[in-house]
Amino acid sequence: MKRIAFTTAATLAFAANAAFAETEITWWHAMGGALGDTVNQIASDFNASQDEYKITPVFKGTYEETLTAGIAAFRAGEQPNVMQVFDAGAATVIGAKGATIPVQDLLADNGVDFDINDYIAGVRYFYADSDGKMIGMPFNSSTPIMYFNVQALEKAGVSAPKTWEEFQTVTAPALKEAGYTALSQSHLPWIFTENFHSRHNLPFATNNNGYDGTDTQILVNNDAIKAHFSAVKDWKDNGYFEWFGTGWGDNQTPFEEGKVAMWLGSSGSFGGLSKKDLPFDFSATMLPYWEGVTKEPTQTFIGGASLFAMAGHDAEENKATAAFFDFLTSAEVQYFWHKETGYVPITEAAYEMAKADGHYDRAPAAEVGIQQLSLPGGDNTKGYRMGFYVQIRDVMNREYGRILTGETSVEDAFKTIEDEANNLLARFAKTQG
Amino acid sequence: MKRAGFSTKWMPIMLLMPQLVIIAIFFYWPAWHAIQSSFYLQDPFGFGSTFVGLENYTDLLGNSEYRRVALFTLVFTVLVTFFSLAIALLLAVKADNVLRGARTYRTLLMWVYAVAPPVAGFIGLIMFDQSWGPLTRLAGFFGWDFVLGVNFNDTAAAMVLVSVWKQIPVNFIFFLSGLQSIPRSVREAALIDNGSATGRFWDVTFPLLAPTGFFLLIINITYALFDTFGIVDTLVKGEPGNNPMTLVYKVYVDGFRGNDLGGSSAQSVILMVLVLALTVFQFRLIDRRIHYT
Repeated sequence: MKRIAFTTAATLAFAANAAFAETEITWWHAMGGALGDTVNQIASDFNASQDEYKITPVFKGTYEETLTAGIAAFRAGEQPNVMQVFDAGAATVIGAKGATIPVQDLLADNGVDFDINDYIAGVRYFYADSDGKMIGMPFNSSTPIMYFNVQALEKAGVSAPKTWEEFQTVTAPALKEAGYTALSQSHLPWIFTENFHSRHNLPFATNNNGYDGTDTQILVNNDAIKAHFSAVKDWKDNGYFEWFGTGWGDNQTPFEEGKVAMWLGSSGSFGGLSKKDLPFDFSATMLPYWEGVTKEPTQTFIGGASLFAMAGHDAEENKATAAFFDFLTSAEVQYFWHKETGYVPITEAAYEMAKADGHYDRAPAAEVGIQQLSLPGGDNTKGYRMGFYVQIRDVMNREYGRILTGETSVEDAFKTIEDEANNLLARFAKTQG
Repeated sequence: MKRAGFSTKWMPIMLLMPQLVIIAIFFYWPAWHAIQSSFYLQDPFGFGSTFVGLENYTDLLGNSEYRRVALFTLVFTVLVTFFSLAIALLLAVKADNVLRGARTYRTLLMWVYAVAPPVAGFIGLIMFDQSWGPLTRLAGFFGWDFVLGVNFNDTAAAMVLVSVWKQIPVNFIFFLSGLQSIPRSVREAALIDNGSATGRFWDVTFPLLAPTGFFLLIINITYALFDTFGIVDTLVKGEPGNNPMTLVYKVYVDGFRGNDLGGSSAQSVILMVLVLALTVFQFRLIDRRIHYT
């Protein structure tokens, strides 16, 4: 009896010691379902890889919910060490100087080597400040690409279009003839607005796309994009394009069911599509462009989200966060994440590792996203930074829906978006004062 | 008889304290915060803020979209209140006449009451699914190309339908108990005077139901304005886009999705004023004209 009591006490003491030695940090994220499993896997791999630190991932809901929860926690002094913030929330979190520790500073202060040029070109500056200092660690980075149903295109006797001109004159009529709706897409602000501007190297906002200040004006009311939306409306009226609402999944499902032949989604959708038992083979190609707008299409922006190190923690915890970021950006972990999910590997080293391992020989579609992000860039392809951008996207979704249901004209819709977005930007500027 | 009373002033105050503290902490304090932040534009993390006076309010009133949402909320409230009261009244009058199996019939009608608003919304999503929803097919049978989430009017129709469906049982319970509290003698007297059932209903039963009806009117207006949040949220899948939404849902979209604390607070204050007006209306104007038995 005594001996049992003694061993129990010893075990408890040992366990307590072990717990004391470990620095515990938390990570709030918005990755549900299969993505969440992969996140948990990365966290437990990190915990197993060393015994000084322990990270606990917590799923907080959608991107918007995670950001709101993080803000509320920060105001209450209960913020996590690491918080995932999506592209549209970047201006909010980066604007609040003092809420986060720039990832570049965090790594440097804790003796982790950092060179921004290790990161692939497309992701490098999206979450950076105007001087090019990386503030958020681009974690799950994706970009819009075009998926297609291989059998449908074969049946119609066409190949995936490179340009929108080719789409509307060759591909779409042939697919319609073969009994398919040619195209659907899952995110009009992201794919047909933000990335429309980067693909054609058009300025999206003043102040260097918003990076250089908060007195920014949106430049969305331009002829190129208005022509694009007029064309999209024509495609819809001709039965080449269908729009199933604002929700992501509502537009993806008809593609999975084989009714829609081509679907514009995220390169990060690759993992999910591969795991589904689709009744056809799918592949992917780059986002088409208008030859009439540019002869030299440029790279697209990244979407997805990045990880921010929240301020207000002690040096020991920040060291743990830096160690986790170091682990996360290692080529092995990035390749694992890329392979499982379809999000792009964020470093050149991880991309090389994927190539060397033959990942793209087995699944050529998995490389499309990173190829598109590695295309030549331009002055307007680095990213964009606009405050209250979640609401600006809501305005776009609303007006685009009205264009496609015939409630408004393209001309009026873009005027409304411009006015409301500029009003929101002016309001955001005042929140920073 | 001796009037019961307290010997000291402090005793009643002490006894009221728990209630007062709860009201102060959970109602007055947040309401005060909302009023205060409606005059500022502030960084969500709490670093910067600018006093903007009434700008949040003038921005809202000058925004055509806000007026559109307000108009939709009005139409939505009128439709939901009218249909859920009218259908419930019809069902209650019919149930009142049923003798055999009355209890089972009533219980079945009340079941829906237990359904939570988001679940009701989810049932609506399934019934109106774009490709295989049974109600979508039914609409298609009548030549109505119903597309939930794409067409503004279709989504609005689904919202009204689900909200009415969810509210009928509550109204039914109240109307039924109201009907059963009408004295038998009154009904029998009416039966002698008027041979027509419809005539008897409008001349005798309906006025006697007025107190219940008025109470339900207020309950239903607040339901349509505020408690339909879960239904709206589920039917638009958290992203309204070009779909209709109510004023309460817009407070959430701008405040919790968009992190615009000032603008969202101003919207809350407008709703607070609306509720205040509704309460005044309830107690001052109509209460005096309704005769309780």
